[in-house]
Amino acid sequence: MKRVRICKLEDIPRLGARRYQHTDGKTIAIFRSAADKVFALRDRCPHKGGPLSQGIVFGESVACPLHNWCIDLNSGSAAAPDEGCVERFAVEVVEGVVELQP
Amino acid sequence: MDGGKNPGRTPNQEGANTGVRPKLVVVGNGMAGVRAVEELLKLSPDLYEITVFGAEPHPNYNRILLSPVLAGEQTLQDIVLNSVDWYRANGIRLHLGKKVRKIDRVAREVVADDGTRERYDRLLLATGSNPFILPIPGVDLDGVLTYRDIHDTPRMIEAAGHYRDAVVIGGGLLGLEAANGLKLRGMNVTVVHLMPWLMERQLDRTAARLLQKTLEAKGLNFRLEAHTESLLGDARVKAVRLKSGEEIPAQLVVMAVGIRPNTELAQSAGLHCNRGIVVNDTMQTFDPRVYAVGECVSHRGTAYGLVAPLFEMAKVCANHLAHYGIGRYAGSVPSTKLKVTGVDLFSAGDFTGGEGTEDIVLADPGAGVYKKLVIKDDKLVGAVMYGDTVDGAWYFKLLREGRSVAGIRDKLMFGESSLGDAGHLGQNKAAGMAAEAEVCGCNGVCKGAIVKAIKDKGLFTLEEVRKHTKASSSCGSCTGLVEQILMFTAGGDYSTAPKRKAVCACTDRTHQEVRDAIREHQLLSIASVRDFLEWRSPDGCATCRPAINYYLLSTWPHRAKDDPQSRFINERSHANIQKDGTYSVVPRMWGGETNAAELRRIADVVDKYAIPTVKVTGGQRIDLLGVKKEDLPAVWKDLDMPSGHAYAKALRTVKTCVGSEWCRFGTQDSTRMGRELEQALWRMYAPHKVKLAVSGCPRNCAESGIKDVGVIGVDSGWEIYVAGNGGIKTEVAQFLCKVATHEEVLEYAGAFLQLYREEGFYLERTVHFVARVGLDHVKKRVLDDAGERRDLWERLQFALDGEPDPWHDPAKAGIDLRQFEAVRA
Repeated sequence: MKRVRICKLEDIPRLGARRYQHTDGKTIAIFRSAADKVFALRDRCPHKGGPLSQGIVFGESVACPLHNWCIDLNSGSAAAPDEGCVERFAVEVVEGVVELQP
Repeated sequence: MDGGKNPGRTPNQEGANTGVRPKLVVVGNGMAGVRAVEELLKLSPDLYEITVFGAEPHPNYNRILLSPVLAGEQTLQDIVLNSVDWYRANGIRLHLGKKVRKIDRVAREVVADDGTRERYDRLLLATGSNPFILPIPGVDLDGVLTYRDIHDTPRMIEAAGHYRDAVVIGGGLLGLEAANGLKLRGMNVTVVHLMPWLMERQLDRTAARLLQKTLEAKGLNFRLEAHTESLLGDARVKAVRLKSGEEIPAQLVVMAVGIRPNTELAQSAGLHCNRGIVVNDTMQTFDPRVYAVGECVSHRGTAYGLVAPLFEMAKVCANHLAHYGIGRYAGSVPSTKLKVTGVDLFSAGDFTGGEGTEDIVLADPGAGVYKKLVIKDDKLVGAVMYGDTVDGAWYFKLLREGRSVAGIRDKLMFGESSLGDAGHLGQNKAAGMAAEAEVCGCNGVCKGAIVKAIKDKGLFTLEEVRKHTKASSSCGSCTGLVEQILMFTAGGDYSTAPKRKAVCACTDRTHQEVRDAIREHQLLSIASVRDFLEWRSPDGCATCRPAINYYLLSTWPHRAKDDPQSRFINERSHANIQKDGTYSVVPRMWGGETNAAELRRIADVVDKYAIPTVKVTGGQRIDLLGVKKEDLPAVWKDLDMPSGHAYAKALRTVKTCVGSEWCRFGTQDSTRMGRELEQALWRMYAPHKVKLAVSGCPRNCAESGIKDVGVIGVDSGWEIYVAGNGGIKTEVAQFLCKVATHEEVLEYAGAFLQLYREEGFYLERTVHFVARVGLDHVKKRVLDDAGERRDLWERLQFALDGEPDPWHDPAKAGIDLRQFEAVRA
């Protein structure tokens, strides 16, 4: 799969996220943790489709802005006892630039 | 490096040096011991290598549900709490059927009766209690049982299948549940009780009489004030002989005359015991390496036999085992509910009364209803209820919180009125609801689903039910119902919301403690608060971050720096997120007034940005719904109106009626007053949203009676009402004062709101704030002390001075504008 260079690391706020609009129309949320780790998940909560990119990021989780489901940024899984999983994408920071495999 | 500063934050210290984890050995595989292990795993899952010894061959089960098993309403399998798989999954070594007979405190080792040895670094004793056996002739006969553990139940069920007559000695909680179960299994049952009335530790005489009548109607027989002299029989028991000379035939005798803490092992190891194993407030015995929890302990001279206190102990013990060291167990107020189908009975606290107490009593023996509330120093200290226990959970909460009931005394007896509660068809009696009836109107959860979750997952607390079912987790109006369902399903002594409510799972600190620390130690950033109060998580969570951010800004205006990433999305993007991820935009209209130019601009914006829905709000403004996030900055610019803060925990709207300018009844210019209030208070962030209203006469067309601050014009001035609420539970605002001028309205209303801003807890509306601190406190600060009032009002004006309008000065408001554009490759 081809990698896309989407933005610089500092374009994403710490403990925050940006939305990436892919050419095929899907939206991917790119998160940045306090420790500058980046994660990429489809921008749709498995619960009711809330935009995860708009949630509060803490540790390596995000709380969905609609109903507060907590999604693990590593696995894309909802925290128990909620059940559900969101699509993950490979993402990495190379020399300060965020590279995504959409 | 962090560890040097905050030893509490690095719980692995003991094992980290050696590479080997310290060993925790738990003696006792019952509810208290296993609960402590569960709490420990939640805090620090990998800290210890854990070993559990259980004298019985069973995994941990819910002992309070033995009665429904005896009564044939549940099976033994239903009441298992932790299966053997659970221990395996958590890496716990489990020794079942091995009784520990020796503790070597010097070698730090326990030895079981089969020779199994385990070394420990920390030892937790949860050896429970033993049933007390009367020292009378005949107790060794066949057919004489106690009613305590999982063995007794099948033996009683078996006896019920073969024999006709049973005698239960002891008319307490367990004895009556046993008697009821045996009766349901077809036996002829007589209860022999030493005291003049049943359940004398939980009931007063009147309630006990009602109970006895109900149970007699179910076919049980009673002998009160009856001493058992001996049990008669050759091999198997045949009869019970009383001191009066009466002989009652019985082929089964169940002794339920009380329990004694099981201290044998602790005593043999030289640990100080006084009826129970003596522990301090951190659940440590006299050997600090050895902890004890549950029915085996004596804490401040009291031994507890109910579940809720055991769970509280377990939580404190786990906190200390995990090296956090901040929990303290200060004793419990027990409550009781009898698990006999068809009998509604609840008691809590000190209900016998005595010096300095007052009773409020409601008795309707014909309808089988009796309620007694005991009040001391304006606080509820005890409650006994029979026949109508709907409000048991509420009374228990009042009792535990120890809050003054002076203001609600006239209504206290009639319970937490359901008046105004919305979302569950006005239902307030869980017992009478059908399984498919909806309890939680927000999340669509029916009673059956809650009951099933409680049974299947072994839930005990409101918090657990919220997590698993979502019931009561949104607006909270059904909390009372859910508590009742818990009470009926899990047994009476479930634990209600803890006395100390922690901010979130990241800490054990309360909102008050966080507020105090920020003020006293001049903390200015979220990170310094977490550091100072030893948060367990590195950067908090979605619950604590917004709260701390608010506390910092409200305590240190212009000094603490706002952290947008710790705000909910609505306050970060200054618009309300909708279910489809679009936003709504509500421009401010001062006092609900607008004009042709504003309306034209709104119309143009709606056309230009193809905004699908335009709606008039309840707060006399216009809501534009379905705005795309990327359009927000341009929409704000084109509207050229101030932000309505409809998205924020802040001043929302000041609703007004037309007032004396036009209205033929108007006595005051309410629209002007509303505009002045709104212009003075807008941009004011608060613990929760704040809504005001001003009416120009007592007809009150602006509905001032259900607002956080409601102002009503009268001929001679203005009346100010506070802490009303038109939401989940309609609450009528309370009269604060009457003033003469516009300036006074601003000063008094402003001072009240500043008090709320400074002392309210995050997400606490004014109604709940005033209920918590009392209207008297508000009056003292805002009315009685003119200097204090002016100070409050000045502090509010200082805080608001220079606050930007986020829609027109986003840079100054600290809005991250990057959020409005999506990234493209």
